[in-house]
Amino acid sequence: MASSPRAGGTERASTAIRVEAVSKTFDTAAVLHDLSLDVRAGELLGLLGPSGSGKTTLLRIIAGLDAPDRGRILFGGDDATGLPVQERAVGFVFQHYALFKHMSVADNIAYGLNARRRADRPAKAEIKRRVGDLLDLIRLSGFGDRYPSQLSGGQRQRVALARALAVEPRVLLLDEPFGALDAQVRKDLRRWLREIHDRTGQTTIFVTHDQDEALELSDRVAVLDKGRLEQVGTPDEVQENPVSATVLKFLGDSVEVEAIAEGGHVSVRGRATPVAAPAGLIGPVKLYVRPWQLQLVEPEAAHLSGVVRSSYRSQGRQRIEVEEAGGHVLAVEDFDGVRYAAGHPVGLRINGGYVFA
Amino acid sequence: MPAILAAPPGVAPPRPARRFRRPSVLPGFGLSFGYTLACLGVVVLFPLAGLVAKASGLGLGGIWRVATDPRVASALRLSFGVSLLAAFVASVFGFLIAWVLTRYEFPGRKIVDAAVDLPFALPTAVAGIALASLYAPDGLVGAPLDRLGIQIAYTPLGVFVAMTFVGLPFAVRTVQPLIAEIDKEVEEASATLGATRRATLLKVVLPPLVPAVLTGFALAFARGVGEYGSVIFIAGNLPYVSEIAPLLIVIKLSEFDYGGAAAIATIMLGISFLTLLAINLIQAWSRRRFGYV
Repeated sequence: MASSPRAGGTERASTAIRVEAVSKTFDTAAVLHDLSLDVRAGELLGLLGPSGSGKTTLLRIIAGLDAPDRGRILFGGDDATGLPVQERAVGFVFQHYALFKHMSVADNIAYGLNARRRADRPAKAEIKRRVGDLLDLIRLSGFGDRYPSQLSGGQRQRVALARALAVEPRVLLLDEPFGALDAQVRKDLRRWLREIHDRTGQTTIFVTHDQDEALELSDRVAVLDKGRLEQVGTPDEVQENPVSATVLKFLGDSVEVEAIAEGGHVSVRGRATPVAAPAGLIGPVKLYVRPWQLQLVEPEAAHLSGVVRSSYRSQGRQRIEVEEAGGHVLAVEDFDGVRYAAGHPVGLRINGGYVFA
Repeated sequence: MPAILAAPPGVAPPRPARRFRRPSVLPGFGLSFGYTLACLGVVVLFPLAGLVAKASGLGLGGIWRVATDPRVASALRLSFGVSLLAAFVASVFGFLIAWVLTRYEFPGRKIVDAAVDLPFALPTAVAGIALASLYAPDGLVGAPLDRLGIQIAYTPLGVFVAMTFVGLPFAVRTVQPLIAEIDKEVEEASATLGATRRATLLKVVLPPLVPAVLTGFALAFARGVGEYGSVIFIAGNLPYVSEIAPLLIVIKLSEFDYGGAAAIATIMLGISFLTLLAINLIQAWSRRRFGYV
């Protein structure tokens, strides 16, 4: 990947889009609750959340395809809430491409330019040149005369992206852009999207339910759950300092351990852990531990103990499932090179974790 | 739709040896293929061949003489001309009906939807009597129109009304499933790209429906040409004015002029065949071009 100027910590970036206290209800189900979010100019923002979290609805409201019940959408300081889709100058890429099947690839890409009023429409030669440039950008030069039915899924999605970019949108909105593609194509397209973003500096929001995708691609990640914004931050920030158990659980595997908070520290089964407790938090708490924060140790140094249930290796990591006496299963990621047989008794030390007030 | 990656130019895939039957796990190909051919032959091709054989008794010159007989020629003109017109009108209004029925929710939609099939289901004579009594100069619709000086029954206009009536369900039912399948996201994509509602409709929504509209048109046309029962009552059957070709066949038969009847029938068969062929060619072209019907 090209060295990406990740926006983390830079304050120079101005706000391109402001979502202000937006609420939306479909029939009787509330989809968005009083949600506010600032999108910085030029950033690649990932909207991450489980299905039903309202992320697609939020994207559609920004595009003007749905209207919010309450709240406002601001584009660069101007209220765009009542602006019809056609005038918002957004590029929208749908999960299932939504290409115009009866038009050639070139006509698909040129569609937005041809749709302009005569006064704003570029000359024919200029449109042709821009379509050519975009075909180069999506690495489909020479495919201009093909029809969408003659392309693979990944190629179609690239055409959809070029079509959205052709109108030079204020913001590019991608709704699960890689959701319908298989794993390998997905991976390639991810890297490619990041490259295109770095080259064009296009403000981009994309929706995904895939943590890896969001963490790999985004300058900042916004984690949504049940119509509320849980946390916004750089991928590192949200991973290192998740604000809630919901965010933590959604960003990756974790195990829950009963613990006691006391004097600013968290202890498990009477043994102190390196995890600091938030000020004022005293009493029984839930400690969330990532698999790689657990280490296999001798029983006398262990916070937890149990027997190995299964173990496998994949891509340089060893994944071991340990069953505690009560039947509670813990996933451990530790690479000590020892192969554990099922039933082998082990001790586990907690090297880190998260508690939430 | 499966993603099909077209082979790059110049790299032709190895061509399998031409075989009549592709290997398949489905059993019974021989039996079912034979059955299909036999059915098609006995039910469809055999009678048509008999018809042509009968007509050929007259010789080409004889058929030509029948075709150029002024009364026959005028009946053929009426049948094909009015069918074309009726199919056109049925296609336009059928499209609108299909559009409204699929795109909008309203009370009574199901009932209207079912009513579309009535011309299918109605015995043609019943439809013919209903239309004739409705449009006759003393009929419910005919009377006020008659006062305006417009006469529908017993004129080519009456033939047109009846043919539109019977053709309408074809026009509706062929486009309806395609309208239902229109991808909402495609329209939304068009809107986000700045296209007005009108442009979206004209450039994105309607073009893919053209092949289906053509199919509906072809079916309505074929039905109109062949229609007998619902037309003859309202047509009045004045020679040279409102006499349709199928009726002429019946007249010839009742005069025991089997050769003449077969000749008219053969001419109709030929013209219908050419029309359907033309429409099929247009569809094949659109399929090649867009990769779907």
